[in-house]
Amino acid sequence: MTVKYNADKRIPHPAKWAVLYRSSTPFWDGVKEKKLMLQRCKQCGTWLNPPRPMCPKCHSTESEWVASSGKGKIYSWVTYNEAPDPAFKTPYAVVLIELEEGPRLVSNLADITPEDIRIGMPVEVTFEDVAEDLTLPKFKKAG
Amino acid sequence: MLQEYVDRKYRRDNKPPVEANLIKNRTAIVGIGQTSYTKNSGRDELDLACEAIRNAVDDAGLKISDIDGFDTFILDRLALPMLVNALGIPDVAFSGEVSGGGGAGCAVAMHAAAAVVTGQANYVCVYRSLNEASGHRYGRGDDFIEYMPVALTPNYAYTWPLGFVTPLGWAGVWGKRWMYEFGITREQIGWWPVVLREYAQNNPDAMFYGRPMTHQDYMESPMIVDPLKLHDCCVNTDGAAAYIVTTVERARDLRQKPAIILAASQSCPIEQEIQTVYQRPIISGLVETWYVGQELYRVGECGPDDIDVAQLYDPYSIGGIIQLEELGFCERGEGGKFIEGGDNIRIDGKIPCNTAGGLLSEAYLHGYNLVIEGVRQIRGTSYNQVKDVELSLVTAGPGVQSSGIILRG
Repeated sequence: MTVKYNADKRIPHPAKWAVLYRSSTPFWDGVKEKKLMLQRCKQCGTWLNPPRPMCPKCHSTESEWVASSGKGKIYSWVTYNEAPDPAFKTPYAVVLIELEEGPRLVSNLADITPEDIRIGMPVEVTFEDVAEDLTLPKFKKAG
Repeated sequence: MLQEYVDRKYRRDNKPPVEANLIKNRTAIVGIGQTSYTKNSGRDELDLACEAIRNAVDDAGLKISDIDGFDTFILDRLALPMLVNALGIPDVAFSGEVSGGGGAGCAVAMHAAAAVVTGQANYVCVYRSLNEASGHRYGRGDDFIEYMPVALTPNYAYTWPLGFVTPLGWAGVWGKRWMYEFGITREQIGWWPVVLREYAQNNPDAMFYGRPMTHQDYMESPMIVDPLKLHDCCVNTDGAAAYIVTTVERARDLRQKPAIILAASQSCPIEQEIQTVYQRPIISGLVETWYVGQELYRVGECGPDDIDVAQLYDPYSIGGIIQLEELGFCERGEGGKFIEGGDNIRIDGKIPCNTAGGLLSEAYLHGYNLVIEGVRQIRGTSYNQVKDVELSLVTAGPGVQSSGIILRG
């Protein structure tokens, strides 16, 4: 069960923040092409998640963007019964996914109802066009 | 990453020597003031702030014109010049604004203390004024998004479009993980709000005064964001609170018994965010609270067994209970068992907590009311006075860059 939206309300767009945070642009460019891109330090291989301009381990400013396999496990989750923003219809779950590469990512579930969610459940990425100008990475049961 | 936290071994070799700490034993909170706490003040935040500050000044035995410094934190709707103009202070020599939202709840006292002990100001007023019940609510996304400075955490781009908005959900994720890893039950968590509500029944200033709650009431309350029920959540409040910080030397001439600052600390460990602290090796704990506690104990040359009463910043029950673990009042993962039945945090318990009702039942004044209650416990004037208090601990918001203080008589 993915999140359902109220058609007359605007879903908050990531671009609202991206102007202040250019480091994350390649992630959102990747999502448009239905790819889950992760930033990695070119010098020591540390994952930089969320993205950042400098590697916290070796202080290199050289990084590369690589596509994630999109596979991971549910690490934790919550279910909203009261909507904190009018764009979203309740109830809906928000999950924290631990990708097999290591980084964790917040997302929604495409085909799993809140009652069926279990920590450790294997999932894989899918992409949903939620608005004309917005595609979001979501997760479904690993097939 | 965060090896000292994972190993529970705090590094001391890279810290300044304790004797170099000028705040310790040289600074004090000497005046406290508040307005009434309500659901709808019908006044603006400047108006409320002036009343709380006047009350704090009167309590200390000072004049408003004695105040020459101010400290507060972000996310209020009050600019310093407005306050100075209304209070009629000729000039302010020191002012500060600490980031981290509720995590700055004690940092503001620390910065004020640093200002007075280094001669930047004589009397620094620390204040908070909010119309959070009737006006803009921090806990509602559509309000929040309008006034939360977007630059504060650009990572919102990764969470907000997914409906992952407001602290309740953000904290629910690490709360759920904590429950999962240690088998914590909802029944256990419920004892925190129930005991706080008991304290509030003796505090006529509390938002929930005259409205008791049983454990069954708690269990039957609606789930707002699973795993958090209605009564796990702090009470949106209109009101203001203020206190005055000065040197111990000046405090001797004032009206009240000073609450002397034994130790004060701040913490912003790596991979800190605004509650979405999910990239650390452990997310079922509160790293920043652990660091705050370790530094307080180092500077204060004391430990959890020496603390007589604690005010732990609890915007939701789990935030209070996990802090009990991180501050060493029980073992990590034992918070559920420790809180069961509630006796350990009641007035005669191992560590009486949030004795005015805390953020859940007294008021959600972003922790300023916790500092004020911490001071009352030192003075011996709490509505729920713990016997023979020597050390009174106060912490600030968990899940964000945080802070804490230990007060003594």
